[in-house]
Amino acid sequence: MDFLTAHGADLLFYLFAALALAGAIGVVTMRSPMYGAISLLLTFLAVAALFLLRGAEFLGIVQIFVYGGGIMVLFLFVIMLVNLHRLPEIKLFGGTSPLAGVLAVLLLAFFGYFFFQTHFGPGLRQPQNFLTAQGQTLGNSEAVAWGLYTQQLLPFEIASVFLLIAMIGAVVLGRKQ
Amino acid sequence: MTFAVTTTHYLVLSFLLFTIGVFGIAARKNMITVLMSIELVLNSVNLNLIAFSYQLSDLTGQIFAVFTITVAAGEAAVGLGILISLFRLRETTTLDRAAELKG
Repeated sequence: MDFLTAHGADLLFYLFAALALAGAIGVVTMRSPMYGAISLLLTFLAVAALFLLRGAEFLGIVQIFVYGGGIMVLFLFVIMLVNLHRLPEIKLFGGTSPLAGVLAVLLLAFFGYFFFQTHFGPGLRQPQNFLTAQGQTLGNSEAVAWGLYTQQLLPFEIASVFLLIAMIGAVVLGRKQ
Repeated sequence: MTFAVTTTHYLVLSFLLFTIGVFGIAARKNMITVLMSIELVLNSVNLNLIAFSYQLSDLTGQIFAVFTITVAAGEAAVGLGILISLFRLRETTTLDRAAELKG
């Protein structure tokens, strides 16, 4: 029991990291896009849990809402709309997959090299620094909102214009000719 | 303990997700799967931002991740719109069939 209280968060990290990796491998290897989408949902939820474990409560919930809700419904809707199970997919991977494998191995070697070079040490997190704005302690959502509406106000407005443009673009693209 | 989770653990997980996503983008023929792999890559970047936000005790990483999620939502909407257009035109979602510009 003492072990669990001391290392529960670490064990949860390993559990959710394994789930996220399993979902990601499922996305890439599943033949049916429907199973791929369900694997992707598994990855989204596991990543949301990993956000929570790193103190990003607001983003964890946003991840579940936006990815697990919005984007996943969009994917499932399109998969059902195009009705892919009637279409024969002759080969799972295209002719570029040896090249893609080489690219993946190169990326892994590149990142692995850096992990042998760098040591970040223990986290510098001090809760009183992490969650304060204007000298008072805030919750995570409040602190993120404070940042969004003060320092990052211009990017925030640009993001809303971007979403409007994306919505119009999607409607125009999906319209019947 | 030896298995205490550090920023490096998050980075390793994030880079594994990134590599799997890049492999999916480059290797798969089905456009829906390619779009889902792009979402994997964006998610791995978000994981990185959160890990460094914790490491550096700075909220800017979390705020940037909000913008990444916004862009991911827009990208998914437009990408799936393009997919619908392609399906109307070709009756398929296989990327090899969209080769008008190939010389």
